[in-house]
Amino acid sequence: MNEFVQLFSQYNVPGAFLVNIELTLWSALFSLILGVILLMMRISPISSLRAVAGGYVEFFKNMPLTIIMVFMVLGAFAQLKLTFSDTFATNFFWLAVTGLSLYTAAFVCESLRSGINTVPLGQAEAARALGLNFMQSATHVILPQAFRGSVAPLGNTLIALLKNSTVAAAASVATETSSLMSEMIEFHANSIVGIFLIFAFGYVILIIPIGALTTVLSNKLAVRR
Amino acid sequence: MARNTNESSVLFDEPGPKGKRRIRIANWIGALVVAVVVVLILMRLHNPPDGENQLDWQLWKPALDSEAWTDFYLPGLWMTLKAAVLAVVGSVLFGLIFGIGRLLPNVAVRAVSGVIVEFCRAVPVLMFMIFFWRFFSFAGIESAAYWAVVLGLILYNGSVVAELVRSGVGNLPGGQREASLALGLTTTQSLMQVEVPQAVYAMLPAAVTQLVVVLKDTALGSIIMYTDLLQESRRLGSMYFNILQTLVVAGVVYFIVCALLSKLAEWLPSRMQQRTAAPAEPEPVAPIAIMDASNVNQIAVAKEVDEDRYGGVPRQYHAHHRGTNASVRHWRQTRYEQGYDSTQPDSERQPERHVPPLPNLRPHPHGEGHKADGHNGERKDGHQSE
Repeated sequence: MNEFVQLFSQYNVPGAFLVNIELTLWSALFSLILGVILLMMRISPISSLRAVAGGYVEFFKNMPLTIIMVFMVLGAFAQLKLTFSDTFATNFFWLAVTGLSLYTAAFVCESLRSGINTVPLGQAEAARALGLNFMQSATHVILPQAFRGSVAPLGNTLIALLKNSTVAAAASVATETSSLMSEMIEFHANSIVGIFLIFAFGYVILIIPIGALTTVLSNKLAVRR
Repeated sequence: MARNTNESSVLFDEPGPKGKRRIRIANWIGALVVAVVVVLILMRLHNPPDGENQLDWQLWKPALDSEAWTDFYLPGLWMTLKAAVLAVVGSVLFGLIFGIGRLLPNVAVRAVSGVIVEFCRAVPVLMFMIFFWRFFSFAGIESAAYWAVVLGLILYNGSVVAELVRSGVGNLPGGQREASLALGLTTTQSLMQVEVPQAVYAMLPAAVTQLVVVLKDTALGSIIMYTDLLQESRRLGSMYFNILQTLVVAGVVYFIVCALLSKLAEWLPSRMQQRTAAPAEPEPVAPIAIMDASNVNQIAVAKEVDEDRYGGVPRQYHAHHRGTNASVRHWRQTRYEQGYDSTQPDSERQPERHVPPLPNLRPHPHGEGHKADGHNGERKDGHQSE
């Protein structure tokens, strides 16, 4: 017990989780925006946009996140000199957010697409019969219902994103949980199981509310038909 | 022109000549924008700010020549595949054990398997890997990184497979279980000899999709110094200072292998459907969110709309309501309250109809005499609408 108190006073464990939560929230924001744009491209009447969005999704679904993160740091930053900030820590943070957002946007797009499938054909037909064009029927009729129908897959994507934020370690974000855990284990090898359980239960505690909220919201928001 | 069969065609009318012209113009503009972006990226690569020309053959040659393949990429790919294959075999075993554990009649076994599966699903794979890596190194086990990668992947993906087994059994028609019970098998025998074997066929396509996830996640091993494809390409890149180029090559290899596996997973369901009464699904929709049986149902229901997109009769039974079965008692608690199954009368939800009684605005002048003649209702309506 004494050992744990010492560990907590020596290392900023809640701070590390905070870094992961920040990574998750920023990436969730950007990937949601990018995902909606991709979705609009994917369902648009213009076939070249459809092809581009389809290719983007296919690319990121078949590409390991780790290689994207490594690429952000060693390729985009070290070789192409892509920088967000002069301080290293901030720069790596935003590089990691970029990588996570690009990766997650593909999954957001797929989740929203499964939500579009819950909208009955009649809704789209009614919108067209009213004379709405593609943008109008998409933004006023289809997408609002699609969002409500895709709460469950979007929640799953958010949970996956929170877990994936640990991969920021590959993008040299040294303050997040997996790096901190590695460091703590290195210096306190005899309480290795305890250290692992601290972090593991931290994630369980973070993820259970998201899962429960997703289930409640998806039942509450689903359009009853 | 044939109609598109994807959901896009729902959102807009089949374009006429004018619309087609506009779409053609938009296509050209779109292609132009993509071309401009590609050219901009190439220019940036050609002449990055205070860096060297990234398109130089001097940088690409060491990333592509035969030595790079024989000494770095292929051994790395072999390590990646070695870890992925063992992890898949292990996670299927793990999934079968704990998936069946969650279905057994014994409450204690169910609870323990449930806690283990939910725990393994919630903890990031990288955490498991780092923990096992350090643990095995301290224990003095050889090739600690390899076993850490394999074990980390087994725990996470095994718990995913466990959920697939559970949903596969949940989706079997109730007759399977009823027939085996009628033959005198016990609940456990029916589960092990009749239901789970069919659930395994139903989940195989999803397990292949999971193989893609496993393969992608082996790349996490490079963080714990496992010499997989990604790690080898980084090593090669740091020798010639061309990490960008070697990462591109490694990325292409990953993409090709994963895309081939995805194609296999799309092709497999039709084969597997012949061997099971449950729907063989290509995608593992159950897993990620914790305690989320209803999510499966929602996505399954969402996909049904796809099937009868063009004027089919709407499906009477939803994908997850296939009759009574082993686990339906638990699945029903979280069922998606959209439709009902007529084979389970208690799942029926009667729409509440409030038909208010017609107000009797004025006393009927000759009510008594007409009550028996059968046209009472019509006459009454007629009177009141006057």
